[in-house]
Amino acid sequence: MFKRILALTIKEFIAILKNRKSRMVLILPPVAQIIVFGYAATFDLNHVGIGIYNEDTGIVSRDIIARFKGSKTFKIVKYISDDTQVAPLINLQKAIAVLHFHRNFSKEINTGRSADLQVILDGRNSNTALIALNYIQTIIADFNRQWSIEKQDMPPPAQLKVRSWFNRMLDSHWFFIPGIVALLTIVVTLEVTALSVAKEREAGTFDQLLVTPMTPFEILVGKSLPGMIIGTLEGTFIILVTVFWFDIPLRGNLLALYVGLFTFLLSAIGIGLMISSISVTQQQGLMGAFMFLVPAVVLSGFATPIANMPVLVQKLTLLNPMRYFLIIVRSVFLQGASFGLLWSQYVPMAVIGIISLAIAGSLFRKRLY
Amino acid sequence: MAEEMANRDTGKNRMRLSGLIKKEAYQIIRDPSAIGIAFLLPVILLLIFGYGVSLDAEHVPVGLVIEKQGPEVSQFISGFYRSEYFDPKIFPSIQEAERALMHREVVGIVWTRSNFARTLLNTSDAPIGVIVNGVDANQARIIEGYIMGVWINWLHQYARSKGVALQVPVNVKYRIWFNSAVRSRNFLVPGLIAVIMTLIGGMLTSMVVAREWERGTMEALLVTPVRKREIILGKTIPYFVLGMGGMAISVAMAIWVFNVPFRGSFWALSLSSGLFMLTAIGLGLIISVTAESQFVAGQIAIVITFLPAFMLSGFVFDIGSMPGPIQAVTHLVSARYFVSILQTLFLCGDIWPIFIINCLWLAGMALFFFVVIRKKFKKRLQ
Repeated sequence: MFKRILALTIKEFIAILKNRKSRMVLILPPVAQIIVFGYAATFDLNHVGIGIYNEDTGIVSRDIIARFKGSKTFKIVKYISDDTQVAPLINLQKAIAVLHFHRNFSKEINTGRSADLQVILDGRNSNTALIALNYIQTIIADFNRQWSIEKQDMPPPAQLKVRSWFNRMLDSHWFFIPGIVALLTIVVTLEVTALSVAKEREAGTFDQLLVTPMTPFEILVGKSLPGMIIGTLEGTFIILVTVFWFDIPLRGNLLALYVGLFTFLLSAIGIGLMISSISVTQQQGLMGAFMFLVPAVVLSGFATPIANMPVLVQKLTLLNPMRYFLIIVRSVFLQGASFGLLWSQYVPMAVIGIISLAIAGSLFRKRLY
Repeated sequence: MAEEMANRDTGKNRMRLSGLIKKEAYQIIRDPSAIGIAFLLPVILLLIFGYGVSLDAEHVPVGLVIEKQGPEVSQFISGFYRSEYFDPKIFPSIQEAERALMHREVVGIVWTRSNFARTLLNTSDAPIGVIVNGVDANQARIIEGYIMGVWINWLHQYARSKGVALQVPVNVKYRIWFNSAVRSRNFLVPGLIAVIMTLIGGMLTSMVVAREWERGTMEALLVTPVRKREIILGKTIPYFVLGMGGMAISVAMAIWVFNVPFRGSFWALSLSSGLFMLTAIGLGLIISVTAESQFVAGQIAIVITFLPAFMLSGFVFDIGSMPGPIQAVTHLVSARYFVSILQTLFLCGDIWPIFIINCLWLAGMALFFFVVIRKKFKKRLQ
């Protein structure tokens, strides 16, 4: 039995690796993508343009503008002097926001009243707009606190002391880069498995395989092993880049991470082989791969939190193995988690893996047309 | 010489081309996966994402630790119960709240000490402890903002109950243009259309040339007088039509199912969609002519179509905040231009400078792709 499985595994590896382009596709894109996506994936704003429309001649507005100048988040791209210049600045996406200080701004504050700061934001990407607004409000809150202490001599009666655990500086790279481990691993696994049965069906060699003494179980193992081995190797590589290139702290138990990687690969391979054995042509296999991959990524909590989804869609995500693995990578990397916190993530992935592999195996014999 | 004569004979040319298109159309109809890709896929994906993807946090589970009850404390705490952003849970001790945070049952903790009321009256510096789970840094920042909002409201309330008005020097008054209700769906749905159409273009065409080589039908085609340009056009036109059909369905869904406002003009939308579709199909055809087999073509399509369009198009991650070299890389992703066009056309209207520059990029890319296809396409046996 082992000899037969070994023979099939070797044959699968040859099928995947004999072609130079095939080898390149397995190696080059993940390497390039972990680096490029690692830098690209962030919600932290970095030198985004803002415009300043200052009608005030006092010192207070200048003090506030200096704070914006000193921040890494914003870059002042233009000072404007009348209303008509606001729209072009925003419409042409030169600035994400325009701050408007009205004529009596400094006077009102100096006489102990409140002054309004008008902010106009480009809502085309409303998420970026809200993040920018948040930064603006933080800068203004800092100014307010200092002003109250220095000039009014009465700080607010109670202060919030905010600490954030696991990611003190709230650097969103720390959140996204471990997520890319899951993203690239699932893509590579599908690449290896989703077409592997469909290809043989189309070429007719799968029928030949079925008339050999190999049982469907043996075929299943032989078809799964290359995905498992390639997935583990590439997963390891991406983890190494995450730790040593991007300096993301790996605080938890490495073994717990690998148990997660193993169960994740099991479920992804199961789904990949299932898609492949349902498909009659490779074109259908490709469609199936995307039909699974795209929702799996978008509804995984990779970029938008699952908690924000409607309840029905949240239930749907329980079928998505990537959802569980993302929690595992992030908990192990940032939270320092070990097995105790993660059982509830391993088990569903293992169940998805076993069921989908069983379905794939049972479809091997049935689709003989 | 013979070629020149054939060239002049446009009637025959047209017949050959229409024959190729007809053949491709039969193939599309007989393997329903192509029609599924063009029409079913966008509908399903848009439905899932349109309803599923949101960045607007609501009902955030937050743990409250109250060491000693009192009127000030309950006034402060009631703010969390009134806010739709929070789903508060009381914990008897900070240790238990921290354990819940560790187990992801709550994402934040608000902690008032036993001496809260006393220090509030005496020193006017009573600390309120806030801990947030920083794993998801963006959400953590949003939640911090919400907690701060509750706190500021309470400060006003507290000052009023003491008979003084709280003076905040600067009040931020904001207006968000184009999307004043800040529905994240309004920008995510147009962005999704660009991502989905990239996939569809790639999926439809990445295998079509490789398939003919693999099945040997390309060899049969080569012995006919059909020309390279005609084969390429014959592969482009049917899938272009199919893809544009999918595009029309997606736009209709965005407008009538998801109620995303459309403020631009339809001809601008059609023109840019057509250009974008050419780049998406062009990329698929490049994959198809470079790969020797459908297997390799499929592998390449999985790796290079979806993730770059998802990560580098500006659909979720702001391109302006990426480091310079990465911003340069995003210029290779045609979805980037289309996301910019779509978000502007939908929410803002016809802003010509943005429209023209992005269309020029798309046209340039499409031209480049088809030149590459013509170069790479071998009309002979190896």
